[in-house]
Amino acid sequence: MSDHRDRGVVWLGAPSFPDAARGALKDTQLRANLRRATATIRDKRLAVASELDDWEQLRDAGAAIKRRTSRHLDRYLVQLEASVTAAGGIVHWAADAAEANRIVTELVLATGEREVVKVKSMATQEIGLNEHLAEAGITAYETDLAELIVQLGDDRPSHILVPAIHRNRTEIRDLFAAEMRHWGRPAPEGLTDEPADLAEAARRHLRSRFLTAKVTVSGANFAVADTGTVVVVESEGNGRMCLTLPETLITVMGLEKVVPTWSDLEVFLQLLPRSSTGERMNPYTSTWTGTTDGDGPRTFHLVLLDNGRTDTLADPVGRQALACIRCSACLNVCPVFERTGGHAYGSVYPGPIGAVLTPQLVGVENAASLPFASTLCGACYDACPVKIDIPEVLVHLRAEVVESGTGGAEAPAMRAAAAVLDSPRLLGAAQKAAALGGRALARHGRIGRLPGPLRGWSDTRDTPVPPAESFRTWWRKNREGER
Amino acid sequence: MSSRETVLGRIRAALADVPADEDPDDVPVPRAYRRRHTEPGEDVVALFAERVADYRATVTRTDRAGLPAAIAAALTARAAVRLALPDGFPVELLPPGDWQWHPEPLDVPELDALDGAVTLAAAGIAVTGTVVLDTGPGQGRRALTLVPDYHLCVIRAGQIADDVPEALARLDPTLPLTFVSGPSATSDIELDRVEGVHGPRTLHVIIVDPTRPDPEPS
Ligand code: SF4
Repeated sequence: MSDHRDRGVVWLGAPSFPDAARGALKDTQLRANLRRATATIRDKRLAVASELDDWEQLRDAGAAIKRRTSRHLDRYLVQLEASVTAAGGIVHWAADAAEANRIVTELVLATGEREVVKVKSMATQEIGLNEHLAEAGITAYETDLAELIVQLGDDRPSHILVPAIHRNRTEIRDLFAAEMRHWGRPAPEGLTDEPADLAEAARRHLRSRFLTAKVTVSGANFAVADTGTVVVVESEGNGRMCLTLPETLITVMGLEKVVPTWSDLEVFLQLLPRSSTGERMNPYTSTWTGTTDGDGPRTFHLVLLDNGRTDTLADPVGRQALACIRCSACLNVCPVFERTGGHAYGSVYPGPIGAVLTPQLVGVENAASLPFASTLCGACYDACPVKIDIPEVLVHLRAEVVESGTGGAEAPAMRAAAAVLDSPRLLGAAQKAAALGGRALARHGRIGRLPGPLRGWSDTRDTPVPPAESFRTWWRKNREGER
Repeated sequence: MSSRETVLGRIRAALADVPADEDPDDVPVPRAYRRRHTEPGEDVVALFAERVADYRATVTRTDRAGLPAAIAAALTARAAVRLALPDGFPVELLPPGDWQWHPEPLDVPELDALDGAVTLAAAGIAVTGTVVLDTGPGQGRRALTLVPDYHLCVIRAGQIADDVPEALARLDPTLPLTFVSGPSATSDIELDRVEGVHGPRTLHVIIVDPTRPDPEPS
């Protein structure tokens, strides 16, 4: 058993949120990239979610399945272990980051290999696996394009879905030209900064590695208790390469990724792509159940990671954060995230979900500023496909911070928030209205009455529907001038 | 104590608020969502064709008699000559001509040297524009539809489920499944969509329509 200090959730030595945020706010390039990115993904997400007129029912089902799972997590994990084992896989239990790192390192060393290819995985970032493998003389190659950009730049991911969104194309070109040679095949001469050329350079750089790799480390989006099936959702095909070609597959998954039955995936495979990339379905989803003769890895290891999840589970209010399917929708609607980017959160889990998950994984006393990194505007709750009430958990954790006496009172934290936001009160109100407006849009195509402080204005006008989530831009243009 | 016992013990302690006699079924899961997002009588095959094309994949519709010609036209347009042919692919569907059909076993370097692969599918999903491969007859190992840069996939209209729930109910989770929705793609650089990073950069789906008079391939 270890205490919180031993539990690795990497980068918690980083400055507290307000300090980090102040730095990020000075970075106008970062802010411009983020604003464009979040707005684009938001609009796509709204469009594809509104295609399904039972979106709310799907969210209710997703939330309920996760609730059922977490209340009986022991039973489902034992069932998952049995079905994976029956299908030819080997299950390992890791109580904390150090143990998970040790298990994976030993498994890799036992193959005789000193290189692994990796499928993008937040769990392995959380435990700092790559750094740990490096200490054992094992090189881990990230194969997701964004993760490759982050790795080549000796950088950190800034967003769950698009980890390199803080970089623009010219920076990426320069990075490829300077760094690819140190990791394998160099970038071609005269590489342009066209995204298609950059993607082609990445394809060539990684291709021979895929075709010769013997060991893969992956994460998992879901694991099905009754069948033992593990699921990875992706776009580029790097996941398929890693999950199919090597001989040994090691999957590290947080305990909370288990779902009870195969048919439960019908809910999540509808909710996740639409909430995440704003697509009806992501290009590739791979599922595997143990090993298959003559096709794919001959050995499959599944590492079940606790690392603070059982502490999160112990809090009946906070445990809902374990329902997160890492879609990143809450990041893209969060006014604080949009201004600061992911690095300011000091953990692999940025944005609203990071603000509730990280303090619970490591103990609030170790991340006391994060529960205050929010305006409580509620946009994250409205966006979340599994209906995690992030504002409720934030308020709950704030109380814990204050009680623990470690994180300072609310006043300085709110001053920090004021540094982050132009006008938190109005912004929060507008954001809430935007979310409600988005729902009204689906039904009527017009916003009849705006809620709260906007009502006086909308009562006398038939408000044209703004693109729901660029409401703040609209607000500034239309409202702020009238004050 | 093993870590397994440690973790399971922590979970049980963490769930002290859950009544000991509570069964998972006691936690209700409302299933009021729709089993399908198509309307009765809606042309599911047309919807599938439209949604697959939406991902910038190429879609051809033909009948059984027209299939060899449709395959030939697709391969000619692509200038694809050397092609992987999975076990169980009905050879009577192949067009006559100067194509080189490479049967299994094929190793990865051999696959890498080919122009593409021609396969059948296990299922389709109309609402999401997805084809699903389960490595069954005519589909090959997962590597076969992954390593070559071009994938020509033949699906019977009757294999197209209208939506995700129906498709999952039809599929066998013990088989390795690959859900393919358009070609490989990335949006990691300034959110510009680029088709193709590691998987096949071109996906062509041929729908063999049973509503036409000819019999389906068996
Ligand atoms: S908290 Fe909800 S919205 Fe945020 S990443 Fe998780 S599932 Fe998505």
